Amino acid sequence: MYSIEVKDLTKKFNGFTAVDKISFMVKSGELFGLLGPNGAGKTTTIRMLTGIFKPTGGIALVGEYDIQKKPLEAKQLMGIVPEMANAYMDLSALRNLLLMGELYGIGKKERVEKAENLLKLFGLYERRNNKVRTFSKGMKQRIIVAMGLMNDPKILFLDEPTAGLDVESVRLIRRLIKEFNSRDITIILTTHNIEEANQLCDRVAIMNHGRIVAIDSPEKLKSTFQSTASIEVAFDREVKVEELSFGDVVMDMKKVGDKIRLYGKSTGEVIPRLVEYSQAYGNKIISLNTLAPNLEDVFVNLTKE
Amino acid sequence: MSFVGQLKKSFAVTKKDLFIFYLKGPVLISGILMPSFLFIAFALGRNLSLSFLIPGLLGMALFVTVSSIGPVIAPWETRMKTFERLVSAPITLWAIILGDIFASLMFGLFITFFIFIISIVLLGVEIISLSLVAGTIIAAFCFSSLGLLVSAPPTDNPSNIMMLQSMIKFPLIFISGVFVPIDNMGNWKFISYISPLTYYTDLARHSISGTSNFDPIIDLMVLIGFSILFFTVAIVWHKKSLTRRF
Repeated sequence: MYSIEVKDLTKKFNGFTAVDKISFMVKSGELFGLLGPNGAGKTTTIRMLTGIFKPTGGIALVGEYDIQKKPLEAKQLMGIVPEMANAYMDLSALRNLLLMGELYGIGKKERVEKAENLLKLFGLYERRNNKVRTFSKGMKQRIIVAMGLMNDPKILFLDEPTAGLDVESVRLIRRLIKEFNSRDITIILTTHNIEEANQLCDRVAIMNHGRIVAIDSPEKLKSTFQSTASIEVAFDREVKVEELSFGDVVMDMKKVGDKIRLYGKSTGEVIPRLVEYSQAYGNKIISLNTLAPNLEDVFVNLTKE
Repeated sequence: MSFVGQLKKSFAVTKKDLFIFYLKGPVLISGILMPSFLFIAFALGRNLSLSFLIPGLLGMALFVTVSSIGPVIAPWETRMKTFERLVSAPITLWAIILGDIFASLMFGLFITFFIFIISIVLLGVEIISLSLVAGTIIAAFCFSSLGLLVSAPPTDNPSNIMMLQSMIKFPLIFISGVFVPIDNMGNWKFISYISPLTYYTDLARHSISGTSNFDPIIDLMVLIGFSILFFTVAIVWHKKSLTRRF
């Protein structure tokens, strides 16, 4: 059973293709991540799935509804936390939630009850009658996420929900994302934070230039990039990075703080060369770690120009 | 998704607008002061009867107040990043526009009600026809729809829309028989026929002084026609500009 089915979804703006024939499916209850650099087409994809943008081509089914043919029915199933969205600053936290309840057609008694429960869940109950204008950034984001949950959505779209927040709010929102997902809510999470996607998502799709360049579970994606295993080495004195290329043994290298990270096909080939280099030039190795590829490596490899 | 359900959601938008934009002291006060100052500026020193001036004041007050804030709601919400949330809810675009129109309409009627009361109690003006009440409600809807139509360009800068609105609003006031009877406009009289304000002012004049250029039924029918036209065009234009707001 799938909550979202996308086939050949395309969006063009004045001839520029922002999303180019993407296809994917999200299972019910899955936590699905959309990753990609700025301008990759993530937000445009979300806006098509939430009925804000009309696709230039392709089909998107949300629940059982075609978002183009039955937008209201599809929207009724969704909770949405748009990127850069705001609550109404001149309304109180409670009134913001009640407004959302009304827009989703929830009866008065039920919406008051739901609003109060959400305010308690997000730690905002004591400030429920204060205008959102007086809230901190973290509190504002919490009320924005709470607004997306007023209709008990079956599918929740979260577009950068933790961007720029303090640690406490990030932790709270991540904990709640996991909690909602455990209640069988399908979650589509768009994020720049690769570690966040790694921790939270069952599967991720990596987008670049409007296309999906990889789609799988974080662990499987990492395993496909085992060939780019890396070594992090630190010497007791400054070393020129380019001295560590060792012919074609090292594919890529970069300075990371006081360490140098070397990417090679095989760590077994690189380590002896490092030891030789150390002995030959008298540069003592003070730390040496082999690193398994992480999701960031996968991301960088797939999205680099 | 029923029509009644959408209407209920329209009223949610109306309530939101009233709380955020209208129910504020300065807005309410300027709603009364702005048309009053304009009226005084044009009426002082001119030998015109109250039965001529009051319909003009009513028309201008309703027109100015109803179209004062409605047009800036869409650009303001675009700028404040609340519009995306609104349109992603299960509410149709026409219901959102209707909600904005209702909020403007209620604000305009509230201010115009004061002018009615002042005209009757302090100035002793007699309102002969109750068709004026129906006409006032229809005209409020009509002027508010015009305001929403003006707000269709996909800008997030309210001052752009205010400038556009002023370019339309003030010329309409001058050609609509508010201060100068349209019979005195000579060959330019036909221009006044394109303004919906002409028909409301004419209706008010008929109700208060018993004289008018058109039959009150024609005034009402034309106002209804303009209302349908403005509301329909507002929906079509907002639909077209929606994608470019984000």
